[in-house]
Amino acid sequence: MSDAIYARLRALLGTSGVDRDANGVARASPESSDALSLVCRLAHEESWKIRVEGRGTWLPPDAPADLVVSTRALEQILSVSPADLVATVQAGASLEALRRRLADYGMWLAIDPPGRPDRSIGSVIATATAGPLRHGYGPVRDHVLGCTVATGDGRLVNAGGRVVKNVAGYDLTKLQVGGFGGFGIIADVHLRLRALPRADVTLVARGARDVLTAAGRELMSAHLLPSALELLSPALAAEADWVLAARFVGTDAAVQADVRRLGSVGEQLWQPLPPDRTAAFWSVAARGSLGGPITLRLGVLGDGIDETIDLLSHDLDEGLVSAGAGLGMIRWTGDAPVEQLRALRRAAAAREIPMTLERAPWAVRRAIGHFGAYREGVGRIVGRLRDTFDPGQCLSVALEGVDHA
Amino acid sequence: MNDSLIDALARIVGRKWVRHRGADLATYAMDGLPTHESVPGVVIMPGSPAEVREIVRLLHLIQVPFVARGAGTGLSGGALAESDAVLITLTRLNRILRVDPIQRRAVVQPGVVNARLSEAVAPLGLQYVPDPSSQAACTVGGNVAENAGGPHCLKYGVTTNHIVSLEVVLPDGSVTRLGSDQGEAWGPDLVGLFVGSEGMFGIATEITVRLEQNPESVRTMLADFMTVRAASEAVSAIIATGIVPAALEMMDKACVAAVEASIYAAGYPTDAAAVLLVELDGQTDAVGAEAITVRDILLECGAREVRSASTAVDRARLWQGRKKAFGAMGRIAPDLAVQDAVVPRSALPDIMDRIEAIRRHHNLIISNVFHAGDGNLHPNISFDRRDTAVAARVQLACREIMAACVAAGGSITGEHGVGSDKLDYMPWIFDAQTLGAMRAVRRVFDPSERSNPGKVYPVHACREWHAVKSARR
Repeated sequence: MSDAIYARLRALLGTSGVDRDANGVARASPESSDALSLVCRLAHEESWKIRVEGRGTWLPPDAPADLVVSTRALEQILSVSPADLVATVQAGASLEALRRRLADYGMWLAIDPPGRPDRSIGSVIATATAGPLRHGYGPVRDHVLGCTVATGDGRLVNAGGRVVKNVAGYDLTKLQVGGFGGFGIIADVHLRLRALPRADVTLVARGARDVLTAAGRELMSAHLLPSALELLSPALAAEADWVLAARFVGTDAAVQADVRRLGSVGEQLWQPLPPDRTAAFWSVAARGSLGGPITLRLGVLGDGIDETIDLLSHDLDEGLVSAGAGLGMIRWTGDAPVEQLRALRRAAAAREIPMTLERAPWAVRRAIGHFGAYREGVGRIVGRLRDTFDPGQCLSVALEGVDHA
Repeated sequence: MNDSLIDALARIVGRKWVRHRGADLATYAMDGLPTHESVPGVVIMPGSPAEVREIVRLLHLIQVPFVARGAGTGLSGGALAESDAVLITLTRLNRILRVDPIQRRAVVQPGVVNARLSEAVAPLGLQYVPDPSSQAACTVGGNVAENAGGPHCLKYGVTTNHIVSLEVVLPDGSVTRLGSDQGEAWGPDLVGLFVGSEGMFGIATEITVRLEQNPESVRTMLADFMTVRAASEAVSAIIATGIVPAALEMMDKACVAAVEASIYAAGYPTDAAAVLLVELDGQTDAVGAEAITVRDILLECGAREVRSASTAVDRARLWQGRKKAFGAMGRIAPDLAVQDAVVPRSALPDIMDRIEAIRRHHNLIISNVFHAGDGNLHPNISFDRRDTAVAARVQLACREIMAACVAAGGSITGEHGVGSDKLDYMPWIFDAQTLGAMRAVRRVFDPSERSNPGKVYPVHACREWHAVKSARR
């Protein structure tokens, strides 16, 4: 079977666009959205299961499939318009390459997702994995103006557009951001940019967790406007204590004003990170999410952080925890058996806290799904949307897990 | 509309909340856009979410189409119903159910008037940010349907960025809760999909919104320029510094003239080609420093004068002309076709030249007021629709303006929605495959296409997406 698929893909894409992954499964790396669409159409016609892969740095490459579709050859930065603050980028472009290219234009994409710097932009969008900058710049979806996706049966859908304000038609982009590839494969995206900030200062406070969460609340009520306000567990920060990091990004005037005021807020001792250590500090925190096989996020509001981290520590372990101390959202990385994850999701749901599995081996994804059980009525809608965008169920993805299929 | 349906509806809400006579129905034949008109079969005004559910269930049972409507201030003919449809007016669902100042959330019914929500939370030092010009009348439910914007969306985002969860009645009468108060979805982002679906996925009966802390300090600046191009360059130069103003609004000469000739006169210089309003907000020291930078940029780019205001009263005076611009245009002619389009910001000066050429060609009165920061234009055409020749030229001009914006890489609507007005333009920006996908998504929520039928996508342009039988279920 695999040889036959390999041969069919080579006939379609030529020899350079097809190889085999580590398990010997045929892997197609189309170089254009049209080629991507052809591969999907073929898979649909033949009822082949597709495992979607970006640059291979986030989800383990273990979903069962007849072929792999990789976006690694879709890595071009198609356009950057500094005057309009918009860039169009193919899904397989790495964040690092994008960051460098944008910096050449004095531009910046204000997202700092967990994982490696060479993660693909498509992976970040498909999993909606926002980092600490979510506090000041919003979740991943706020940065995506539009996208082109190939559906599971090879149709190309252009959602949204290249302008920052646009309500023409339904907002199909929202379905793709955080859809974990269940509604198609992202081929390219239009991104909202910002001017590269003139000032970027991070200050940290160290101490007991509850003291730091209180400091975070105090900071929020003092009209300070940090771009990130992140609480890091000792293991994640590689320090002896918990760390609360406040990052101020913007014009010199605004950042200086905030930093000055921070000194007068509360009892907490804030220490500025030396400029040469700032990037390394945040990159260590981002990479920390790869420190265990499983990463999950819990949707929780700022004042529920302590209680929810207690819940995590009780049901799993303290692990590598990163939490938005202002607006909420907790990310946990570690290892745990499926039963414990299930129990945590139940306990979280009882507190009205959604738990999303961001990264895990297939056995775990298959068991509990990225999302697990939906609320009443939602499963029916999601199921029909899946049928619409992947009528042959070619995309090998476990949105709900077997418990709830 | 047949009597038995009217009786059945009256049994749900009481007879006084059902309108079915000609004169009563005429009130609902239009929204804020005077170029489209359609008289609904019957109008019903439910007083509770339970009544909405009962109405929708009944209409599902007998497969009658319906249209949900808020205050009717929409500008795309989006809340118009045909004679075979029931218009469900939600203005009686006007309760603010809960406000949580700690979590910065409010739970409201769809008929709550936008400005009333901000007024209600102001004593808590909070605000609901999206502020469409019609905010004194428009409803939050309508804002959700259209994904409404407003001047302050440049910094804070449009409606979709402020809605965290929704209770919706689907067209089959079932009730579902989408999203979570935390803002993190339980699964795919169905709130994001629902907001802006123009009433075609169902009716939101309870809306949980995000509130924002009022900024510590606000500075409003007004600058006037001798060319639109110079004003546009100032906009780009401000944004290039990394400063994100809370609002960046521009008015052209015709708009300023209309404002200054009206009771809303704000002291804008009438000989200027463009007036730019810049609002900065945030921490006091930061606003002070950024204001100096912005002032320098405005002057470098050719502003003749820069006025600045910090107190609420003085700021309101600078804003008055902008906020009341549409009202002021009412003096010029009986009707106003408010248009809405978007271009990449760098295309603003060229598109203004093009609009002026179109205006001259069709011999019309066009005043431009726009959200310059995000390239969202509102060319407004003053006319009298009783003059059919002029009305026809208005339609032609609108079409040409839209075509120019699309050619510049823009969109046919930034905040008003497609409704019935812009159906024809949809194939200009979306191919048949994508329009087909939109229709298929609509049918996920509304398989019989009864909820606000005939809006957003032109059916003839959709490549049909036959739902392939899948192994599921």
